[in-house]
Amino acid sequence: MGDFFTASVLVATIASGVRLATPYLLAGLGETIGQKSGVLNLGVDGVMQLSAFFAYYTVLKTGNLWYGSLAAIGVGLVMGLIYAVITIEFEATQGISGIGIFILGLGLSDLLFRELVGTPKPIRRLPSVDIPLLSDIPKVGEALFQHNLLTYTAFVFVPLSVLLLSRTTFGLNVRAVGENPHAADSLGVSVERTRYAAILIGNAMAGLAGAALVLGLGIFQPNLTQGLGFIAVALVYFGSWRPAGVMAGALLYGMVNATVLQWKALNIIPVSGSVLANMAPAVITIVALAFLARRGSAPAALSQPFSRH
Amino acid sequence: MNQSKRPALKLLLALLAFVMVAAACGDSDTEGSGEDGALRIAIVAPSASDDLAFTQSMVDAVNALDRPFELEITDGTFVVEDAAAAIRGYAEDGVDIVIAHGTQYGGSLAEIAPDFPETTFVWGTSTDTQGLDNVFAYNPAADEGGYVNGVLAAGISESGVIGVVGPIEAGDAVTYIGGFEAGALASGASSVNITYTGSFGDVTLASEAAQAHLTNGVDVMTGTAQMVVGAVSVATANDIPWLATQADQTSLSPGLVVASQVYRWEVVLEEMLDLRADGTVGGQVFELTLENGGLVIEFNDGFDLPSEVRDAADAAIEGIKDGSIDTGF
Repeated sequence: MGDFFTASVLVATIASGVRLATPYLLAGLGETIGQKSGVLNLGVDGVMQLSAFFAYYTVLKTGNLWYGSLAAIGVGLVMGLIYAVITIEFEATQGISGIGIFILGLGLSDLLFRELVGTPKPIRRLPSVDIPLLSDIPKVGEALFQHNLLTYTAFVFVPLSVLLLSRTTFGLNVRAVGENPHAADSLGVSVERTRYAAILIGNAMAGLAGAALVLGLGIFQPNLTQGLGFIAVALVYFGSWRPAGVMAGALLYGMVNATVLQWKALNIIPVSGSVLANMAPAVITIVALAFLARRGSAPAALSQPFSRH
Repeated sequence: MNQSKRPALKLLLALLAFVMVAAACGDSDTEGSGEDGALRIAIVAPSASDDLAFTQSMVDAVNALDRPFELEITDGTFVVEDAAAAIRGYAEDGVDIVIAHGTQYGGSLAEIAPDFPETTFVWGTSTDTQGLDNVFAYNPAADEGGYVNGVLAAGISESGVIGVVGPIEAGDAVTYIGGFEAGALASGASSVNITYTGSFGDVTLASEAAQAHLTNGVDVMTGTAQMVVGAVSVATANDIPWLATQADQTSLSPGLVVASQVYRWEVVLEEMLDLRADGTVGGQVFELTLENGGLVIEFNDGFDLPSEVRDAADAAIEGIKDGSIDTGF
């Protein structure tokens, strides 16, 4: 155990936790915005999957990492538009529609990968960017300020999401249609337009989460997300629909995962204990958030289609 | 005229009868139910058919068979119930050989196989047929190639600390990693750090497991199962040599993959198909070994391997073949 409490190992573990938290955070923040408007999207994982594929394929063909990121956002927007039409225009049940989006994203990414790529081929990974001055802080700089740009972007989105939801007219409208769409409608707020916007923002961020995942790895494989998007949705609940809560959950989940991996690498967890240790991230995160998370209530109109009639 | 016609008619009838008998005999000699007697073979596997690992090794093997066949594939069946439906579907459809390529499919096979006694089910990795007469089981002695890879890893490691990224402690992952550890420690490695990520498919965890190994001074790595592409990516980014298994992974990192233990399932598949042609539809277990050519170590010419390390690996291969080296399994 003593090996774990050395500076280099602790720094590496924190850095690993931050990397692992990034896609959860991006997807979770996007889902928070969507749910605040009253729209539950269980299709996040599928959006991430398809976005990750397009990011990967774009980089494979162009070599440009930013084109890849933009492609992922574009896919997120398209998937978001499909989901918005289904749930807003057709007033379909959100839970089932989300599962449909998930299956579409999973299946389509698998199909496209087979048809267009075949065998996994490595691509460039997003390079680390040292934040001037901050990255020079001993140990702290290495752990927190030597990551790729999408990781920084994810954490910058936390205060931006807070500002968006609490300090802008759009944010006020989002919360209003999520709590009481009929009241908001009576006050002249377009429920449909607000939900469209919230869904598109949320799905664009899920797309960016897919890009962060695949461009951080430098490789794509079918079912790359392994259910990551569903955990992101769960983190929204555990984070009490607050961006800071979602960030705390994502970081906790990432840090526990990173610690378990580090302990395995150091043989602190013997091979015989691997199976139990593999459950630790989920169990610890659930227990910790259940006790520590500020009790918040879901938006009152969450999952409820809006109709004037 | 009539007299002259009769012998001709008889000759024609005789010829027709001969052709029919020959055709009938021809039918009985053909192996399969596909077009022109081609064998109909189906593969049901848990990951993608081009995963550069477990599933691809079987697809490549069937494609290497030296006989006519028609191949159908259902891959990505992580959910056992989905695989069971596919296995039963192929059997009902009259496929001759159904390959259930996953240890986890054993329970389903025990239910399905007795319903289709004429169908040959090929199942692995497994060391027994569950007492089913129409099931052939197969198992790679992955420890053998693992041992050789361990010798290679120890030979090129400067720190003596070697990292392993495994999936779940099951099947050939256990034997490969066990053999690797034995080979590395027997060849001078000071430590073999093993991480089982708990998932066959989580590329992210494999990537971070590899990162954790790097923090602890690892300078050579290996891993098994389809999620190792994430670990290979980390190895490549950090200039760390990689030892591969299941399939040739050189394309993932042409300059850093040292060697790959490749499964040549076709060696045992050919034996199974010969047995089937002779009327034995199952009931036997086959093992891939270095000795029978089912396991092959493919060295990457793109990696500058010191000659003495190559010699040590070749000696290990010969030692395993002649039984003078015990891999511990």
